[in-house]
Amino acid sequence: MELNIGRILFATFLMALVTYLPRMLPIVAFQRKIKNRFVKSFLAYVPYAVLAAMTFPEILYVTSSVISAVVGLGAALLLSYWKRGLLTVALGATAAVLVTEWCLRLVG
Amino acid sequence: MNDKLSFSKGIRDGIPICLGYLSVSFTYGMQATSGGLPVWAAVLISMTNLTSAGQVAGTGLLLQGASYLEIMITTFVINIRYMLMSLSLSQKIDSQMKLPERLGVSFGITDEIFAVAIQQKQNITANYLTGLILTPYFGWTLGTFLGGAVTGILPVALRSALGIAIYGMFIAIVIPPAKESKPILITVLLAVGISCLFRWTPYLSRLSSGWVIIICAVAASAFAAWKFPVDADAQEQEGAE
Repeated sequence: MELNIGRILFATFLMALVTYLPRMLPIVAFQRKIKNRFVKSFLAYVPYAVLAAMTFPEILYVTSSVISAVVGLGAALLLSYWKRGLLTVALGATAAVLVTEWCLRLVG
Repeated sequence: MNDKLSFSKGIRDGIPICLGYLSVSFTYGMQATSGGLPVWAAVLISMTNLTSAGQVAGTGLLLQGASYLEIMITTFVINIRYMLMSLSLSQKIDSQMKLPERLGVSFGITDEIFAVAIQQKQNITANYLTGLILTPYFGWTLGTFLGGAVTGILPVALRSALGIAIYGMFIAIVIPPAKESKPILITVLLAVGISCLFRWTPYLSRLSSGWVIIICAVAASAFAAWKFPVDADAQEQEGAE
């Protein structure tokens, strides 16, 4: 499908709509807590499952070599295991990839 | 009036979030424009969506030429978590808050804004939430613009390395709670396992990434919810992290 202005605007509108609705509906509609334990539990686990599925194995293919991606992944895992902040982990992984790719260029 | 949460306190509390957002949205802006999206479109998506994971996935699908339905369902599934935060917040906000105010502040519920808001001791006012949303909103928009604008002038090596930044951030959100909670760890491993299965198995790998994320999220979360149901109090603590 072609990337024209109409498609961009309509997709942006749809994304904004489905981002706004889950934020707006509960705060407007639900004055009391959801009783259903399964639904509550399901919603509690969703963010972790989504982020995990989005990250792996995709992360292996976002840099110019799988080797540097693995090093970056390792750096991110280690830093976040030590409970560093989001920014530190993101920049740490980036630095690890930069250094690895620089080394790979020297070798190869 | 020390005990009422004011607009200016909201603005101040939003500054650390704003700084974090600057760099994350910078990465988003770069990713979106290097994928072929015009800068104005990336900024428009940031200004109307104000969310990380959802808009990254949505933009990726838009660039890949995915269907509107796929873009919509994927973004929605990723954003389902906001229902939980919105629900938690609905218990914490000023009961006097009017409908237009509720409609307005709910636009700005992100993981980080929710985390800061829910930690307040007092009832949350509309003024406070508005301030708390405005500063990060500014950072999110500005960062997207800067990231989108500099893509062309950054060296290739740096662009390749920055591709990993947003995934680094996702890892930083997932790992600390997974370390503390076995059910979350199992959810994460299960989601990763299914995701790998779809990526590396012939035939299954033909399915687009949007649907794979949905399948992984629904299957892993449903399994965890069935095996490890959470009680209301524990859930609030998790949400506050």
